[in-house]
Amino acid sequence: MSDPRSPLWEVFVRPRSGLEHKHAGSVHATDARMALEHARDLYTRRGEGVSLWVVRSSDIVASDPAEADELFEPARDKIYRHPTFYEIPEEVKTL
Amino acid sequence: MSEALPAQAQMTAGGAIGASSLAPDADRAKYVLRLADTSLIVAQQLGAWIGQAPALEEDLGLANIALDLLGQGRLLLAYAGELEGRGRDEDALAFLREPSEFVNVSLAEQPNGDFADTVMRQLLLDAWQIELFEALERSRDERLGQIAAKAVKETRYHLRYSGGWVVRLGDGTAESHERTQQALQRLWPYTAELFDADPLEEALAAAGIGPHPAALAAGWRARLQEVLAEATLILPPPASFRWYGKRGEHNEHLGHLLAEMQILQRTYPGAKW
Repeated sequence: MSDPRSPLWEVFVRPRSGLEHKHAGSVHATDARMALEHARDLYTRRGEGVSLWVVRSSDIVASDPAEADELFEPARDKIYRHPTFYEIPEEVKTL
Repeated sequence: MSEALPAQAQMTAGGAIGASSLAPDADRAKYVLRLADTSLIVAQQLGAWIGQAPALEEDLGLANIALDLLGQGRLLLAYAGELEGRGRDEDALAFLREPSEFVNVSLAEQPNGDFADTVMRQLLLDAWQIELFEALERSRDERLGQIAAKAVKETRYHLRYSGGWVVRLGDGTAESHERTQQALQRLWPYTAELFDADPLEEALAAAGIGPHPAALAAGWRARLQEVLAEATLILPPPASFRWYGKRGEHNEHLGHLLAEMQILQRTYPGAKW
């Protein structure tokens, strides 16, 4: 499956009820059109989606797991960034 | 088919409400059965690729198309059974008829061959079924129109799939080009049947139930030529060969296909999942 003529593509599906595309999985395909068709056949066959994106896996720039400490650790202890310290007035119903 | 005259058609009993003036039920039953058998046989053929396609993704792609076609076949078989009025349901029609009673077009039963043969057969059929279903959407038979409206959306995707593959293979390597061109040559003679009208089709066209087969030829050819041009493939000259699966003339391949499809119901009549 690691045939260079049939590279890997990441598939993003926007569900019927959702506003944004979510990562669903990946497919092998020789070109963008085939990737879109495979994504349709594999990830929307039960009516899951109303829109599809496919992206060449090699075009995705990912963070390095080895750098996780410096990238994500500093945010851990800053609980004041969560909006959980406010009293919500009773009159506000749909927040 | 002189029975198809509207005055006599009104005297035939049964059928959908308001449909009694459309054409004799028996004629419509035969016509709908042709449409049903073509979808059913192609579904069975594509199903045979599952587990053997070039990649897992193609397995699922072909299976999806097969399931669309099976769904069309079921709706049409059920309707044909009702029109026929002999108490045969979709299962009885699919599993308990002999090969000579099947009336699918011959193109549908041509062997799967290699992948080029399969996608070329699919392209030739898809381009035709789009024209056919688009015309049937306007049928005076409302139920047939509804089935066609559902089927045409599915078929547009099928053409996208088969057309995409024919372009990739035709405009691919020297070998894939050669094999795809050969597939076209082999299947080409069977396309003549799609546009040759027989008395049944003439009568139903006159009654506004179905299109005249010849009227679909120009649209079919245009769709086909668009794909073949991009695929750098050459359209063969018109063939003089004629074979009419829609009249029950079949080669031995259909017998093998049906033996496999029908064995369970024939061995255990009435078996259910």
